[in-house]
Amino acid sequence: MDEKLLKPGTYFMEGNIACAEAALLAGCRFYAGYPITPSSELMHHMAKRMPEVGGVFIQGEDEIASIMMALGASAAGLKSMTATSGPGLSLMQESIGLAAMLELPVVIVDIQRAGPSTGIPTLMGQGDIMQSQWGSHGDYEVVAYLPSTPQELFDMTIKAFNTAEEYRVPVIVLADKIIGQTYGRVRVPRVDEIRIVHRKKPSTPPRDYLDYLPYDSRELVPPFAAAGEGYRIHMTGLMHDDHGYPNLSKEASWRLVSRLVRKIRENAREIALWEELWMDDPDYVVIAYGSVYGSVKLAIKKLCSEGYRVGLFRPKTAWPFPGWRIEELDKSGVEGFIVVEVNMGQIYHVVREYVRNSSVVHIPSAPGYLPEPHSLYSQIKSVITR
Amino acid sequence: MVKSLPPSFKDIEPLIRIERLPTIWCPGCGLGLLLKTFTKAILKSGIPVDNHVVVSGIGCTGRIAGYIRVDSYHVTHGRAIPFAVGIKLSKPWLNVTVISGDGDIASIGGNHLIHVARRNHDITVIVVNNYVYGMTGGQSSPTTPHGSHTMTSPYGNIEEPFNIPYLAYSAGASFVARWTVFHDIQLLNAILEAFKTPGFALIEVISPCTIYAHRNNIDMLELIRFLRTRVRIRHGVDLRDVGIEHGKEIILGNFVKRANKQSFEERYYSLVKKVGGR
Repeated sequence: MDEKLLKPGTYFMEGNIACAEAALLAGCRFYAGYPITPSSELMHHMAKRMPEVGGVFIQGEDEIASIMMALGASAAGLKSMTATSGPGLSLMQESIGLAAMLELPVVIVDIQRAGPSTGIPTLMGQGDIMQSQWGSHGDYEVVAYLPSTPQELFDMTIKAFNTAEEYRVPVIVLADKIIGQTYGRVRVPRVDEIRIVHRKKPSTPPRDYLDYLPYDSRELVPPFAAAGEGYRIHMTGLMHDDHGYPNLSKEASWRLVSRLVRKIRENAREIALWEELWMDDPDYVVIAYGSVYGSVKLAIKKLCSEGYRVGLFRPKTAWPFPGWRIEELDKSGVEGFIVVEVNMGQIYHVVREYVRNSSVVHIPSAPGYLPEPHSLYSQIKSVITR
Repeated sequence: MVKSLPPSFKDIEPLIRIERLPTIWCPGCGLGLLLKTFTKAILKSGIPVDNHVVVSGIGCTGRIAGYIRVDSYHVTHGRAIPFAVGIKLSKPWLNVTVISGDGDIASIGGNHLIHVARRNHDITVIVVNNYVYGMTGGQSSPTTPHGSHTMTSPYGNIEEPFNIPYLAYSAGASFVARWTVFHDIQLLNAILEAFKTPGFALIEVISPCTIYAHRNNIDMLELIRFLRTRVRIRHGVDLRDVGIEHGKEIILGNFVKRANKQSFEERYYSLVKKVGGR
């Protein structure tokens, strides 16, 4: 392994830097980005590090150019990424749809800030949950991770590259300002402890390029041929058949789009991550994720010490959302779910899809501001005692 | 489905995705001529076919990537240039060409155009200028001549068009040319020159559009005749003077060649070498 990569050990690192180093360890060798608070440290670090490891760094003229450059790099076979924040992710949406349609692996790190619009660039937010899955037109699936600490941002960035490669999808890492700009303990594992995935290559040799089907629908995730490998492939954002050629028929439309969603939906249980705490026959389950986790944990600890039976469910992937666990908890007789997030109700809507019997209460928070443990304690208490 | 091409096309047949013919282009459209000239240029370039990559955006011209049998990408509207830059930077030995229309490159992709020229990426952009958005039904584009009629300028276009060669030159392009699809030999040579240029090369290719002709009550054959005859070749002309005006003579030529400028890729990879990355 490359001696220029971060050595194993325990570091005190800023989340954004940990993310950049994780990307390099995962094999990312192309970064294109556009300055935006609060993600810029990540780009500064990449500007310095990419040339050192022989990779590419480029500052795009805007976020659209940046993600399109990353997609071009992916088409050429490199693991590529971009990082941004809410407004930038909004600008990238059309290209995310293209990545899904062309099945180009790419990692997009979103250091969320307070929105809508310019909002509060220097404060945290959790407002990009919905746009990360539903932002582009048409039907497609992405994968989105929800780290809550610099360590998780590090670990999930590596996972994000692996997932992108394995399923040929755009993967979004939904961190936020607090995770990205906080210094924390980051343990960097030994290289042999890190699992690295590469996209599957065609078994057909390039000289038989006429037999190679870049979008072979017999496989959920078709093998990938990069530009310059001799396969003379064609990729188009138009509805296409197994050859990659435009095909506007009902059959081609069904075959392609159903596969784009099936490859994630049928593997949702493989991909989804979550954590459960104090889940010993709880009366209420609090659902929280990302940087809110800390506050929520303190609030629940206090409630538990007072004898209330409150569990904590923390999704670590927003997409696919581990909804089957919510269903199981719902069936197991939980009285209610309480969703805590720094937005006006995004994961709240997702949770409601899976709850039939229990109540679902949302505790919103002003974009920019982490709810404090004592205020969460009293808000949750007022729900469970009413 | 077309099984093979006529004898005069035999040389380029391996480079055409013949199973996709006929093309979607209207009778009289100039894009077929460009397809022929461009694939001939690939053959004559001396660059291995598998090192050629074509990227297109959206529109009639955007479909050209789908007819050329090299690695080819048909991406989103206006975004062919940054996608091509991503490929070129990742594998600098590839010869990357963007072929797209005036709306795609100069309107929705305008920002990418000026920045690719400024950074002098070692790619070639062929802008097919037919003065109009053809595929969407004939709306005016940033190259629609002043005074001409389109669906969105039914009383005559009150806007001024971009002078694309001047724009590309002032933004930093290393090679700038303009030809029509009918000047196949000159265009072929210009494409070969663009491939050889270490840095950003732009060729504006004027092409007749039936939609444009129809909206302006011009007979299609008359438009074709105009583009073949009412032109003047002036290499090295002052680019301020090559703006296109409705009904007036069009200036063609290989306008600019800046040989001494390093491309972004050269500079980037020498930087990588300097910091020890490779």
